[in-house]
Amino acid sequence: MQDHANSVAASQYRGGIALDLFLQQVLNGLTLGSIYGLVALGLTLVYGILHVPNFAHGALYMVGAYVSYITMVDFGANYWIAMIASAISVAVLAVLCERLVFNPLREAPPIHDKIAAIGIMLFLEAMVQMKFGAEFRRMPTPYTDILDVAGMTIPAQRVLIIIGAFALMAVLHLFLKKTMTGSTIVAMAQNREGAFLVGIDANRVAMMTFAISGVLAAVGATLFAPINLVYPAMGHLLIMKAFVIIILGGMGSIPGAIVGGLIIGFAEAFGGFYISTDYKDIIAFALLVLILSVKPTGLFTKGVR
Amino acid sequence: MNALQKISDFFMTPAMKIVLIVAAVLFPFVAGNEYQIYVMALAFVWAIAVYGMNIITGLCGQLNLAHGGFFAIGAYVLAILTVDHGWGFWWAFVAAGVAGAGFGFLAGIVSLRLKEHYFAIFTLCVGFIIYLLIDKWEELTHGALGIINIPAPNGFGLVDFTETTPFYYLALTFMVLSVWLAARITNSLLGRSFRAIRISDDLAASLGINLMRNKVLAFVLSTTYASVAGALYAGLVRFIGPAEADVVHTFDMITYLLVGGIGTLMGPLVGTMVITWLTQSLQFLEEYRMIVFGPLLVVLVIFFPRGVVGSFLGWRARRMAAAQDAGKSQENAKKKSPTSPVATNREAGNHA
Amino acid sequence: MLKINNLTKRFGGLAAVNNVSIEFEANKINAIIGPNGAGKSTFFNLVAGAMPPTEGTIEYQGMNITGMACDRIARLGIARTFQTTMLFEESTVLDNLIVGHRLRTQSRLWDVIINSRRLRDEEAKCRARAQEVLDFVGLSHIGHRITADISQEEKKRVAFALALATDPELVLLDEPAGGINPEETENLAGLIRKMVDHGVTVCLIEHKMDMIMSLADKIMVLDHGEKIAEGTPEEVRNNPVVIEAYLGSDEDAAA
Repeated sequence: MQDHANSVAASQYRGGIALDLFLQQVLNGLTLGSIYGLVALGLTLVYGILHVPNFAHGALYMVGAYVSYITMVDFGANYWIAMIASAISVAVLAVLCERLVFNPLREAPPIHDKIAAIGIMLFLEAMVQMKFGAEFRRMPTPYTDILDVAGMTIPAQRVLIIIGAFALMAVLHLFLKKTMTGSTIVAMAQNREGAFLVGIDANRVAMMTFAISGVLAAVGATLFAPINLVYPAMGHLLIMKAFVIIILGGMGSIPGAIVGGLIIGFAEAFGGFYISTDYKDIIAFALLVLILSVKPTGLFTKGVR
Repeated sequence: MNALQKISDFFMTPAMKIVLIVAAVLFPFVAGNEYQIYVMALAFVWAIAVYGMNIITGLCGQLNLAHGGFFAIGAYVLAILTVDHGWGFWWAFVAAGVAGAGFGFLAGIVSLRLKEHYFAIFTLCVGFIIYLLIDKWEELTHGALGIINIPAPNGFGLVDFTETTPFYYLALTFMVLSVWLAARITNSLLGRSFRAIRISDDLAASLGINLMRNKVLAFVLSTTYASVAGALYAGLVRFIGPAEADVVHTFDMITYLLVGGIGTLMGPLVGTMVITWLTQSLQFLEEYRMIVFGPLLVVLVIFFPRGVVGSFLGWRARRMAAAQDAGKSQENAKKKSPTSPVATNREAGNHA
Repeated sequence: MLKINNLTKRFGGLAAVNNVSIEFEANKINAIIGPNGAGKSTFFNLVAGAMPPTEGTIEYQGMNITGMACDRIARLGIARTFQTTMLFEESTVLDNLIVGHRLRTQSRLWDVIINSRRLRDEEAKCRARAQEVLDFVGLSHIGHRITADISQEEKKRVAFALALATDPELVLLDEPAGGINPEETENLAGLIRKMVDHGVTVCLIEHKMDMIMSLADKIMVLDHGEKIAEGTPEEVRNNPVVIEAYLGSDEDAAA
């Protein structure tokens, strides 16, 4: 009798743990997914408007993390100040890349802008590594509390990531829909020649787009780095995953980047937990290979590319 | 004719090939120390891989970012078969080449259905999957520890390839073979089909060129080159780890290719030699070489997209065209029939 | 020669080409005209096999070629040029043309490795063919020039030559006179006539009305993906539906 009661309690307990762990993975997936979404969003905007697959985007993300880190650790600035400083510096850096590198290559064969983007990436990484070394650093955050929501333990930084990322996406959405510059960007993403015909200043739009992608990368990095680590190669995996995401979501598609980010975020959280932690980073790429083998144009693309 | 022209004409003659080969054969005798011979042998090995990259990326115009991964596959197949399964070096070497071709074929039939950016991104991911598998699949690859005590190539009691100089000649032999095959391909109708694809898929298809078959062939050729180079690398360095599959090697090879001249016959060799010796002479560059290479790539694609060899050939072809125009107007004045441009164009085509 | 039945191509919900049927006769110059976005280029792409039609059939010399791959259609004798001339700018003009005859050759990798007799013969054949088509388009004097250095009109001629090097019976020309001046246009029209005189059937898309009216034997007018008229230049010129279509859209009306 006693044994029986015990085993029921145990199984209930185990059930509770399982559910708890499940919710924990949902939270992980949401955290990862919102960061992936932010980074992929910048990538997809640049791709949609300039048709440049910006391999340097991950390096911009990395630079964003370092700027925040330095502003906080070396200058003792507040987390939010650091985030703003980082957003501004990376935006400027991104615009510089556009002016100095991608703009002169607008008419070049398609292979050239990719190689140039790789060149920028290699340069930025090597610069950071020379200046700060290859070691891993931990970024401080004022939000170290552990929240207790319905029996689940949730680190405050994760909540901040999710809220921050989605808030930024909402701001971006409003910007693209409600402002003149924003709608110009959307118009150009949809129809480049048409945009030229109605007299849109392509240079201004290109610079604006790169600036936005830089801001998204820097904010993403500052949000995510406190629960991760800061090191020169931190953008590598992320950029590849962001590419997977925008292929899944349709290159140039804004909702596609967000949905794709969440798909990969959840796939990794659950795959890493229920299948194998060792291979969790491979999940995104395996998904890509699988999907492109079946549908070479990506998941959500319509009509012709 | 001025001296510059004479020199440039000499570059295009068969005698130039002989001079190059003789210089390479004599190199170990003039080298200051064994280390220099080792560096040269290593550069030859990398050059072979760069020749492979040139076939798919230079001739066919598809930016393959998994190239370093296939290099690592060649190295690992050789290492695993010799160290863990006791195969002889040369059997394992052949197996490495076959594995490179086989995996290349599989990766090719999936990835080559994608165009331009999609292909580049997809291959970047393929390269990363190769890296992750090598790093994590410990039972097969020894994981992060890497594989040590890889045997040197079997010299059948005649030569000892654990010595640097004999290995140098072995690497040279393979390199010359690679260039020879690359030359055959570049100058042939097959190479022309590849180049048509580089101009545009649509154009090539409208000329009756089967895109998929030609792209897969170019891809398999390139991965075979890469894995053969990887296997030689394993036989030379005799210790390999997951870092061999790092995407940074692919970026290195892109730099070699771009410096030398993408799509040209001698570009891969020239680029590899120039950058290898530049890095060697600036030792501090080793770790931070990308500070120089990164901007170099950008400057090259913006200002000198054709690299050293491509710029040279372009300059020369233009000069020859001008000379021919001049010659023609003279002939017309003399009322002779114009010479056929075939012979000279063959020359230009051969080296383009 | 070419018989098109109820050809339709839809992108998403939009029909770029809608239920077009027409027949083009051999050894004639057939033109396709229509306002921008009328589906002319899509029509060409369908015939050349660059994309499969949603509905309808394409018969070429009595053979059903609907949905066949581009390269197979090319081998059956349909060649094409593109709106933007795509050439290997770094090579000489003659060098650009050699690959044009590749589809009539058999050599494979193995031939390349052993440098077989067959390969050498076929390369000679391709080179001879390149020289021939170069002469045909009247450019043998610039065969040795770097393609980047020749004029726009000459590039157009090289593109014609490349298409002719495939030994076609039907050539599709997509805006052959785009971006060149009236005098050059007249010369190019002469070349098109010469092609027909030598037994090639031509089908072209063009905006330059003068050229079309004096050149074409038969004209098909597309508007919003549908065929609104076909006939001789005279018939088309006087067709009220055509006039309406051209006046209705302000673009190209003046052309």
